[in-house]
Amino acid sequence: MKAPIFDYIKANSLSEVFDLMEKWGEDARIIAGGQSLVPAMNFRLTTPSLLIDINGIEELKGITHSQSTLNIGALTRHYELGTSEEVTKHAPLLSKAVPHIAHEAIRSRGTFGGSLVHADPSAEIPACAMVLDGRFQLQSRQGCRSVSARDFFKGLFETAMEPGEILVSADFDVNEDGYQSALCELERRQGDYATIGVAARAKTDSGNLFDLRLVYFALEDKPILANHAAAILEGSRGDEAAIAAAKTELTKDLNPIGDLHTSANTKLHLAKVLLERVVKNLLKHAKGTDD
Amino acid sequence: MTEKLYPLTFTLNGSTITRHVTSRLSLADFLRTEMNLTGTHVGCEHGVCGACTIRVEGRLSRSCLMFAIQVEGMTVETVEGLNASGELHSLQEAFHELNALQCGFCTPGILITAAQLLQETPLPSRKQIRDYLSGNYCRCTGYHAIVDAVEQASQKQAERR
Repeated sequence: MKAPIFDYIKANSLSEVFDLMEKWGEDARIIAGGQSLVPAMNFRLTTPSLLIDINGIEELKGITHSQSTLNIGALTRHYELGTSEEVTKHAPLLSKAVPHIAHEAIRSRGTFGGSLVHADPSAEIPACAMVLDGRFQLQSRQGCRSVSARDFFKGLFETAMEPGEILVSADFDVNEDGYQSALCELERRQGDYATIGVAARAKTDSGNLFDLRLVYFALEDKPILANHAAAILEGSRGDEAAIAAAKTELTKDLNPIGDLHTSANTKLHLAKVLLERVVKNLLKHAKGTDD
Repeated sequence: MTEKLYPLTFTLNGSTITRHVTSRLSLADFLRTEMNLTGTHVGCEHGVCGACTIRVEGRLSRSCLMFAIQVEGMTVETVEGLNASGELHSLQEAFHELNALQCGFCTPGILITAAQLLQETPLPSRKQIRDYLSGNYCRCTGYHAIVDAVEQASQKQAERR
């Protein structure tokens, strides 16, 4: 199908975006990469009266880092995230997620910030941002506020953003020595939406798991922290008994929603399968070498 | 209702194009209906099938997921442009020799994607070929012949260099 009629304005600055959002209210939608918005418009699932194109706004672009913080601009394309040396070095989990995001042609256009604010429960980037304790900078006419990834995702395509706000960038603590990260995902075909996935990070240089964080995606209406399972594995060497106990504990963390292809029970089973895989993956490089 | 028209200037296959377009006209439809470049095919219209794949600013893009108005000032290449420049020559030969197409609907998108792969990775492994082409659907060939053809084209190109 074809998109319905809309007005189009390419904004040159954030203040122009704020003006337009004030004037048009909920009838306006911001377009960045458009790789989720345009299909939704073609299907007429969303029918904005105005598209505000932010692709020309320089302050939303770029990846920078200081001693302790990596800052990723909202307009960073997925392919840039995947090829950035700074991201590979300071937030390797994000680099590892990129090959799982759709296909090359989509990664050329789709943006990091777009993935966060779209809040698709099966997307990789929101789950990774939760593992890494990201802080999102939301700017409005009134000023800027920072919201942690844990407080940001509220439900299916729902976030903590208020009307009139725009995501400018996200901050992450730079990766500390001794930490490893991994992402495991099951999908029907390479590049499809995830059937289920898990992103993880832990301190593993001693061969034991410490400070383990597990976040599942494509299971519920938002990314889910599996704290009970992580607590069981804390300090362990990921041995059979610890993994078995953690798998049992996982039922306290997760309450999967079945979909067209995969029932809730199957998803829970697959969550356990991925738990074992992701823990083994984290410990594979326990001697401090990254893959 | 009369739809508003927006001025649009960009570079298409090496030439500067100036037109007026409606905001909702997809880049794929613009190329096919305004420019008569019908090598860009429209399949699913939601970015899944890969038949409309083109190059925008030197990178692969789905032309069904961009509005024409968005390429203002940019450089766009379609399968016709790649054909004229000779970039597709080895691939076309190999696709012909190895029967890597049947109905041909997906072929332009696959050729342009394969050309991009060979530009980035001149001698890809079969796994790399499969990964890179995973966003292009073909309902006729079962893909084996396509992977064979891309592999053969990459080897021929390497021999020529």
